[in-house]
Amino acid sequence: MDVELFKDGKRLDGRDVEDLRKPLKLEVGVLQKANGSAYMEWGKNKILAGVFGPKEAIPKHLANPERGVIRCIYTMSTFAGLEDHGRMGPNRRSIEISKVMREALENVVMLEKFPSTIIEVYVIVLQSEGGTRVSSLTAAAAALMDAGIPMKEPIAAVAAGKAGGKVILDLNKDEDNYGEADVPMAFTKSGDIVLFQMDGKLSKEELETAIDYGWKGTEKLFELQRKAFEEEYSEPLDKKLRMVE
Amino acid sequence: MSKYSVISNVRKEFISSFLKKKERVDGRAFDEMRSADIQVNPVPHAEGSAIASLGKTQVLAGIKLDIVEPFPDEPTKGVLISNAELLPLASKYFEPGPPNEVSIEFARVVDRAVRHSEALDMEKLFVEDEKVIGVFMDLYVVDYDGNLFDAAVLAASAALKNCRLPKIEDGKFVRTESSGNLPIEEKNLPVSCTFSKIDGSILLDPGMDEEMASDAMMTLGFTDGHVVSMQKRGTGSFKKSEVLNMVDIAFSKHDGLKKVLEVSS
Repeated sequence: MDVELFKDGKRLDGRDVEDLRKPLKLEVGVLQKANGSAYMEWGKNKILAGVFGPKEAIPKHLANPERGVIRCIYTMSTFAGLEDHGRMGPNRRSIEISKVMREALENVVMLEKFPSTIIEVYVIVLQSEGGTRVSSLTAAAAALMDAGIPMKEPIAAVAAGKAGGKVILDLNKDEDNYGEADVPMAFTKSGDIVLFQMDGKLSKEELETAIDYGWKGTEKLFELQRKAFEEEYSEPLDKKLRMVE
Repeated sequence: MSKYSVISNVRKEFISSFLKKKERVDGRAFDEMRSADIQVNPVPHAEGSAIASLGKTQVLAGIKLDIVEPFPDEPTKGVLISNAELLPLASKYFEPGPPNEVSIEFARVVDRAVRHSEALDMEKLFVEDEKVIGVFMDLYVVDYDGNLFDAAVLAASAALKNCRLPKIEDGKFVRTESSGNLPIEEKNLPVSCTFSKIDGSILLDPGMDEEMASDAMMTLGFTDGHVVSMQKRGTGSFKKSEVLNMVDIAFSKHDGLKKVLEVSS
């Protein structure tokens, strides 16, 4: 289907090719009972992430005597999209996303410090507008940091892609649906690619541009994560002490 | 298949010791694939089928066509649905049971390569109002010796290329009568290249041990000059330069892989 995705050189929501969607908000410490949590609004996406652990790995067969394991579960609310009512529970898409998110987080969480334990990362997409896996991972990483779980370095994620013949950063739903390619990716702060997926049609040059845009976008997200912590923890600590079981 | 498999430290160090000498345990160059072969139509009851082998890995792809209702948001387009099963008879590391995250990812990555290659023109699968052709592409791993993904994409492409289209009468299939082949754009049929990263070395078409020893993997689905799908798998990371290098290696394998597909009919 041919859908115009550019008007007068701008994207339909008024952005240039390298702009992130707005609002772009991240808050940590939003849940009372989770050891760490984050709430993110990114475009029309609304994401809630909660982290528990490290705690005893149950069921026991999950436990690894050499290192901790991560359980990561990405879910989407049944009313997240503009489409019909969604179904509760995991589906093939959410299972795949949970897997690639976990594999990204395993790069930075210092699991070797926590043998035989499990760290649980739960994410729910309350409202979706394209790019939910990357916003979920950005929020999940913030929630892990909020839980005080040692990480080698921060990670953040963003999607780039191609729509209306141009390589663009941070696709919205229409650009994803009617565009030519989608490239979700996550970087560590030192520039390692820890999540990378792509579908669509891209030349090598376009792919390179997409990765460059992705890195620039991710740098802005690192700043967003840093600010979220500054806001949460700039107050005297005793006000912010939360019960840890 | 890290979910199932462990590799002994001894074996891993053995692989690493070869990599330090710029060699692989089976003598291949870093960018060398095992020999690939395709057998077409091993299951004639399916509208399309093919077994692809890559070294000792074998994957069977079967295609059944059905007349189905289109998705509401794309009422004039056909439907492609892919599933995969890692048969327990294929490896001691595969266990019976419902699809798990490994087989789901496998099916979805192969599906994306096929879907985004646009080898299948979904618009041509329209039958009549509320009726379109559904392409059910199912993958069975029958022998696992590493790199299921590339074998599966070969099998899927060969099965699609040789898929017959039953005659349609009153909006129903008459399976005993054929009306030619499923409409396929042959030049768009995808192929794929999977890479393993072990100790910083990037290896094309990892064997089973290499796969188990790898820090991270990347699968690229592509057509001539275009990447159509990519998936990083496993813990571990890649640098941008490594990703672009893998694209170059993959593109250089395009003609050879397409030749394997061409002779399969």
